[in-house]
Amino acid sequence: MMTKKGWDEFEIGAMLRTFNGKIDDIAGTQQQDRDYSENSSYTASVADWRLIKPIFNKDYCIDCQFCWVYCPDVSIISRDKKLIGVDMDHCKGCGICVEVCPTNPKSLLMFPEQADEESEIANWPKKDEKEA
Amino acid sequence: MSEIKNIKNLKEFSTSADRFEGANLLCPGCAHSIIVREVLNATNDDLILSASTGCLEVCTAVYPYTSWDASWIHIGFENSSTAVAGAETMYKALKKKGRLKQPERTPKFVSFAGDGASYDIGFQWISGCMERGHNMMHIVLDNEVYANTGGQRSSSTPIGSSATTSPEGKKSYGEKRNKKDMMAIMAAHGIPYVAQVAPNKWKDMVKKIQHGFAVEGPVFINAVSPCTTEWKFDPKDTMNIADLATDSLVFPLYEIIDGRELNITYRPKNIVPVEEYLAAQGRFKHLFKDEYKYLIKEWQDRVDEKWAYLQRREEARI
Ligand code: SF4
Ligand code: SF4
Repeated sequence: MMTKKGWDEFEIGAMLRTFNGKIDDIAGTQQQDRDYSENSSYTASVADWRLIKPIFNKDYCIDCQFCWVYCPDVSIISRDKKLIGVDMDHCKGCGICVEVCPTNPKSLLMFPEQADEESEIANWPKKDEKEA
Repeated sequence: MSEIKNIKNLKEFSTSADRFEGANLLCPGCAHSIIVREVLNATNDDLILSASTGCLEVCTAVYPYTSWDASWIHIGFENSSTAVAGAETMYKALKKKGRLKQPERTPKFVSFAGDGASYDIGFQWISGCMERGHNMMHIVLDNEVYANTGGQRSSSTPIGSSATTSPEGKKSYGEKRNKKDMMAIMAAHGIPYVAQVAPNKWKDMVKKIQHGFAVEGPVFINAVSPCTTEWKFDPKDTMNIADLATDSLVFPLYEIIDGRELNITYRPKNIVPVEEYLAAQGRFKHLFKDEYKYLIKEWQDRVDEKWAYLQRREEARI
């Protein structure tokens, strides 16, 4: 556990290192392959901000990546052009991903934080004929 | 010469490895981070970044955390632009002296600032950077208000908007002045590239950022950044509001090359009435009272006039 400094214990011009050691090609290294230091907010969680959470149902997903590009919190995990899921440590529950998802029914929906993923996916809404 | 990253479609874009992290303290649904991600993911080159005081700065560098995976400096309200200009000057000097350790790398220099830090407080500093010809990009995250300090008006706050220092009430419809035209002011510096962008048009954004990175010299980008807290809409609607902003032409998307050549880069298929844009946000709610309805008409007229002007400028090629 890192010890937090008080307001009067700061060094002037403090420098925080995002990674332990050296990464030569950050733009070519995905998150799971990076050695984040304890100073990167990647290692922190804002999960307790959420009252509602997105659940992802891959059965309807067309991998359009709208949710990936418009998620403000880098919480839609996409690898090799395929959507994998939601990063629940960093998702703030804004609901943008659900709004921008174009499928019918949607492949992402918001549920109360305590909802059970498996049973919600089993009871996923059917196609909305009015919208189709 | 650096290579321009090949991004033909959204699927390709989605293979980018983000260099901006979550668990920052920006509000849920904040457009700032959507814009930052689109900008950073537009290149694979190294990045030298800064941010002026504002939501983006204070929320992405709360000690002991940083949300940036690139060189980034936390600096004053006025000087994100000059901090990056200084780094760029040093880079050039070291390069000239042959003292760069990895001369083959071509870093990009970018300063971020809000409209308060750009239109008001950092105005002369940005102007200086543009005039001196640094090879850098200044990006305004334009949410038309000092959101970080409690919603005071800036010179970007549009007429009729209710801000904490220009509130609506019995005697006032809120902000009394028109938004400052920063695009025109920056273009008047004669710099190689000035562009207005919006997060909902990711492809237009990436194209413009890549163009900005490719040109030699200063680049100014104004990005509309819908603010769920101060514009007063539900966090899930950030992209819907951005769509209304671009499709009502309140935020037309265009670019100005070398201070002269103006190109409109997005023409909405169905132009949405300005009224719909205003109605979707709490900061304009009072405009729908009978006594202020004339202001909505004035808004529409102003937007129409500006659109006609942009089209004439585009045609005239001057
Ligand atoms: S709810 Fe918001 S933060 Fe969470 S994954 Fe969706 S867009 Fe991202
Ligand atoms: S927006 Fe919907 S369909 Fe598109 S990738 Fe995301 S979940 Fe899948």
